Amino acid sequence: MLANDRIDLTVEPGEIHALLGENGAGKSTLMNVLYGLLQPDAGEIVIDGRPVVCHGPSDAIAAGIGMVHQHFMLVPVFTVTENVMLGAEQTRAGPLGTLDRRRARQRVVEVSREYGLAMDPDAIVEDLPVGVQQRVEIVKALNREVDLLILDEPTAVLTPQETDDLLAVMRTLQAAGKSIVFITHKLREVKAIADRITVIRAGRTVATTGPDTSEDELAARMVGRSVNLTVDKHPARPGEPVLEVSGLAVHDERGHRAVDGVDLTVAAGEVLGIAGVQGNGQTELVEAVMGLRPVSAGSVALLGKPLAGLRTRQIMRRHVGYIPEDRSVDGLVQEFTVAENLVLNMYDTAPFGTRFRLHREAIAASAAERVGRYDVRTPSPQAAVGTLSGGNQQKVIVARELTRPLALLVAAQPTRGLDVGSIEFIHRQILHERDRGTAVLLASSELDEVLSLADRVAVMYRGRILAVVPPDTPREEVGLLMAGVAPGAEPVERT
Amino acid sequence: MTSAVTAPAAVVEPVRFWSRERKVGLGLMVAGGLAAAGFGALAGDRPASFTLAESTSGAAVSIDGPLGAVLFGLLGALAGGLLWAPGGRRWFGWLLAAGIVTIVISFLCWQLSDANSNVMPLGQVAQGSMRFALPLIFGGLAGVLGERSGVINIAIEGQFITGAFAAAMVATLLASVWAGIVAAAVGGLVIAALLAVLAIRYLVDQIVVGVVLIVFALGLTGFLFEQLMRSEPSLYNQPDRVPTWDIPGLADLPLLGPVLFRTNVFVYLALAMVVAVHFGLFHTRWGLRTRSVGEHPTAADTVGVRVLGLRYRNVLVGGLLAGIGGATFTLEATTNFGKGMTAGLGFIALAAMIFGRWSPIGVLLAALFFGFARALAFFLGTIGSPIPSQFLNMLPYLATIAAVAGLVGRSRAPAADGKPYIKG
Amino acid sequence: MTGDPGPTRAAATGPGAATGPGAGTGPGAGTGPAAPPPPGRWSARFLQHLWSANAVTVTVLAIALALLVGAVLIVVSDAEVRASYGYLFARPGDALSASWERVSDAYATLFRGAIVDPAAVSRAVQGDGTWAAVFRPISETLTSAAPLVFTGLAFALAFRGGLFNIGVQGQAILGAVGAGLAGFLLPLPVVLHLVVALLGGALAGAAWGFVPGYLKARTGAHEVITTIMLNSVAAIFIGWVLLQSWAEDPDRQDPISRAAEESARLPRVLGWLESGLRVHLGILLAVAAVAGVAWLLNRSTLGFELRAVGLNPDAARAAGMSVTGTYVLVMVIAGGLAGLGGATIVLGTAYALTSLVVGSVGFDGILVGLLGRAKPWGVLAAALLFGALQAGGRAMQTGSGISLELVQVIQALIVIFVAAPAVVKATFRLREVRTGGLSGVAARGW
Repeated sequence: MLANDRIDLTVEPGEIHALLGENGAGKSTLMNVLYGLLQPDAGEIVIDGRPVVCHGPSDAIAAGIGMVHQHFMLVPVFTVTENVMLGAEQTRAGPLGTLDRRRARQRVVEVSREYGLAMDPDAIVEDLPVGVQQRVEIVKALNREVDLLILDEPTAVLTPQETDDLLAVMRTLQAAGKSIVFITHKLREVKAIADRITVIRAGRTVATTGPDTSEDELAARMVGRSVNLTVDKHPARPGEPVLEVSGLAVHDERGHRAVDGVDLTVAAGEVLGIAGVQGNGQTELVEAVMGLRPVSAGSVALLGKPLAGLRTRQIMRRHVGYIPEDRSVDGLVQEFTVAENLVLNMYDTAPFGTRFRLHREAIAASAAERVGRYDVRTPSPQAAVGTLSGGNQQKVIVARELTRPLALLVAAQPTRGLDVGSIEFIHRQILHERDRGTAVLLASSELDEVLSLADRVAVMYRGRILAVVPPDTPREEVGLLMAGVAPGAEPVERT
Repeated sequence: MTSAVTAPAAVVEPVRFWSRERKVGLGLMVAGGLAAAGFGALAGDRPASFTLAESTSGAAVSIDGPLGAVLFGLLGALAGGLLWAPGGRRWFGWLLAAGIVTIVISFLCWQLSDANSNVMPLGQVAQGSMRFALPLIFGGLAGVLGERSGVINIAIEGQFITGAFAAAMVATLLASVWAGIVAAAVGGLVIAALLAVLAIRYLVDQIVVGVVLIVFALGLTGFLFEQLMRSEPSLYNQPDRVPTWDIPGLADLPLLGPVLFRTNVFVYLALAMVVAVHFGLFHTRWGLRTRSVGEHPTAADTVGVRVLGLRYRNVLVGGLLAGIGGATFTLEATTNFGKGMTAGLGFIALAAMIFGRWSPIGVLLAALFFGFARALAFFLGTIGSPIPSQFLNMLPYLATIAAVAGLVGRSRAPAADGKPYIKG
Repeated sequence: MTGDPGPTRAAATGPGAATGPGAGTGPGAGTGPAAPPPPGRWSARFLQHLWSANAVTVTVLAIALALLVGAVLIVVSDAEVRASYGYLFARPGDALSASWERVSDAYATLFRGAIVDPAAVSRAVQGDGTWAAVFRPISETLTSAAPLVFTGLAFALAFRGGLFNIGVQGQAILGAVGAGLAGFLLPLPVVLHLVVALLGGALAGAAWGFVPGYLKARTGAHEVITTIMLNSVAAIFIGWVLLQSWAEDPDRQDPISRAAEESARLPRVLGWLESGLRVHLGILLAVAAVAGVAWLLNRSTLGFELRAVGLNPDAARAAGMSVTGTYVLVMVIAGGLAGLGGATIVLGTAYALTSLVVGSVGFDGILVGLLGRAKPWGVLAAALLFGALQAGGRAMQTGSGISLELVQVIQALIVIFVAAPAVVKATFRLREVRTGGLSGVAARGW
């Protein structure tokens, strides 16, 4: 699959250039090539009129390119100064290579003062809030003479206040003559700071415009025009509420509120789709419902009875099905056979087994039947599931969950990385399940998928549900919501 | 850059009633109380005396047996109580240490007042602690060098025995203890080289490699001992002992004198290495890069640090140190090699590294602590104490278990410890 | 754990381009897929498969390589052979023939001590000797193998569950103590006494396995450290037991316990042939244990959970399994198996406790478990191999004067070569084939 398909990008000196696109559009790949972490198959990179080839980060650094990664390359237990000087340490004279911490510290103070990046050079990085950690990364890049600074989704983990601070820093850098490329999916920031905007979709450049383009236009470019997907969909006949989530708050590993007060209801026979860019709390929401993550506040109830605090096994035994986000990590044991994976959460119940023994014949028979019914392409149900293609692996998970009686199906990114045929198949299965009266909670960063399957669409941004809209809402409107533009918001002030 | 918006809600760690300080504090209070009551009641009539020299005569500090037991037991309980006070958390380390020390003194008051001799020569015990601690210091440092770079070295025991064997053999063949020490370093180096190659290049699991190398080293040295040394000990297995250097004047200082100034090259070497490794790790470029490789090798790689090369070098240097630690067995503690003579001390060295939180000074302190336990057990044996020495001998191991179970503070290995680095 | 790391997850969202730092294939991953076998003759294809790097071939060649290194050690450590090398260039034939003689004598004795002595067979056939003498080597092999099966299973089972049970040694010691104490402290009738003694050994070992399992589940304390520490504690503990009045043998000065009563001892299987044949019921129990563990792993629900947790704890958790609960259960069972290993030694051959009664059965068991690729029947085969090496080694020690430690060296080398198959492959230039190997549990840290 081509991640980048003949992309052209030009950045002028002293320009802030935004690279706008959805997940998987190819933005990060492009930047990784620029920084020497990936090698291009075709095309060239020209810096200041000279062609440049980067075999690794050191080459890029030598060419004056600095990068601030989305996942920081900082040693958590080191101080700010130590992180900044790693690899280019200031040392005292002599054979021992004694560190000159004073000079290094001085340099950190100088650079941070020059660009308005306030930070404590002696603080330990892992104790710092994420916004400050990012500043450390920036100072680290600026510490080596850098003309072009790449920021990969810099505001993905920042609060609104920290974002404002960062935008101010970018202005300062620009005033100092640096060029900046920053990758994002957030329209407000793009309009607030960028001098030029390149929109990338599906690996291609689709537009290069200025900041006075309307948000609607930008969103449309980003997600594409409305496409009529013909999916045979009977009208929904929603029944009683099955899943009721009220005031839910869930923390992530770093202690931030990933889910920040969410209310939602899914009724029997209805698909509630949660749309949104990855990283806005959908993962944590789904995990909390399934008992894989503790609930910090609020309640989750299934058919009136509380679900929060129950263990995952108990939740599943209450007829809740789960299609996890990452099939190879959470969904399947790659070395187990297809048959074994098909009973991964039911192996100790009839007919597959008792509390002590497995009934292998029953497992095998059921596997053969399900493999046939769900058209899983495998040499045999006894083959290791890791040998199957992605689409067939996902079909195994679907076959596993949908062949037991369900009150609620929770599906997260159910067709990520799959071919068209498998996608279609799984979509049909989900709708079939809905028609049988099961409530379906679908979380997906694929907008098409949500719009075509859901009966109601809840858009999630920064841990909150911004709005619940019908699925025939124009794409551009939904795109705006996904990018954080609440309906009826004020026009953006240019900083 | 003032802001009207408040900072994001800080993470509120749920305040548990039974925090670590409270649990340990309660333990100390109970132990202290029991010590005061129990040891006090059991103590005999004689006063407990502590001299600072190597001998039992001379100036001594004495305290009445029962009084001492009760007093120090109560002090231990007090330390435990203070852990419950607000602010106890900050002084956790000191209070825990104080609690342990006072309860130990209470215990000694009991023992001394009721045994064959009521005098405890602290200088002698200190000297003994240092001597028992010697191999632990070398082994612990070896472990630190490896693990700070991200390579687990379980095979310290194997490096000890190889070093001990090489030292004995070469020192006998060449009639020189110095040659023996060099040979010991080489012996440790060989095992370390095997560890490095198998773990770093062939990506075999480091723990498995360590265990297998121990078996290999024990087998190899045992075999060569039987085949060569047993039949011709004078040719292969009669090294001299390293000379004891006595610095007049300083050697008579109370307590520290005998330990530091009437001793042998190994002690000086060990202390020098502690300083050197500490300085190196925390004040040189090599140290910064080593630590980065052990914590976040990818980040180090992206700034140009040679991850694999650094790992190789550090593991090999660690092997040198551990080998020298092995030499202490045959050139200092005794003067001939015996099969399996390391008797699991390599594992105590591992424990010292973990208990010492992967820092050279921590290793030194932990090694001295474990050495003290050994020396104390030995001393109690000489005064005819009824306490079985075995329980004191178990102390290093139980302490380490407590440490990794989180009782003595977060025991955190370097983050990338044990994970092979695969370059993209 | 082998030289072949498993597939790593792609970093970027767009596949096709190369992956970033931290991912990718490691060294030693092989030189490419196997060439397809040439069409035609069956024997050609068989040879082709034989000479490719599959598990059996690698193991056999690893053994050969280890024996070769052992041969070098034999040569080096023999004074006379060394002397003949002194004038190697003058009379090379001397040195080479001396080496060959020494090595072949040693290994022949090894074979005769482990498997069978052809001379004894011909003597028995002719009526000059006893049949017992024919079976003695096999008897010794099986006697040595029995405890190794148990400790090997203990390590292997925990390994499949994702845990490094280095504590097999300590658990075996506790098992020996438990069985020994039950053996001479409890006055019980014949069959019951043996059963209770074995049970005592198993329970003691299980308790010693429970502690690290529980600590890992509750505090996350890494089982490698806790089990290693408990090994040492166990060694000290048995020393203490031996000095207690209720345990020590009143007739002996050295630290040794009373002997287990007759009623608690494992009966000799071939005792009817000749009382000197030491093979005892333990080997049959061991085989039963292998079958039991195989059943547990493959046919029971606990085994299913164990394997899932060992291969992918995240997926196991997402499927509703209790990962920490499984860890505790696995360590308890593994400890029990190791305890049986210790019990087998005490009740089958040693009868009385000494501080070294279990020898190095724990660490040898780890090697056996690794060599057996952590599979029950593989463990049995590996234990038999090691048992043979030890029995043969004993014969080699008395017959050829080669000390028993050589066997330890050979055992360790076999495992090193098997665990780093790249070394063997390079040495013998084997064709690369996708091997099962010891994969399933990637290299982990603390």
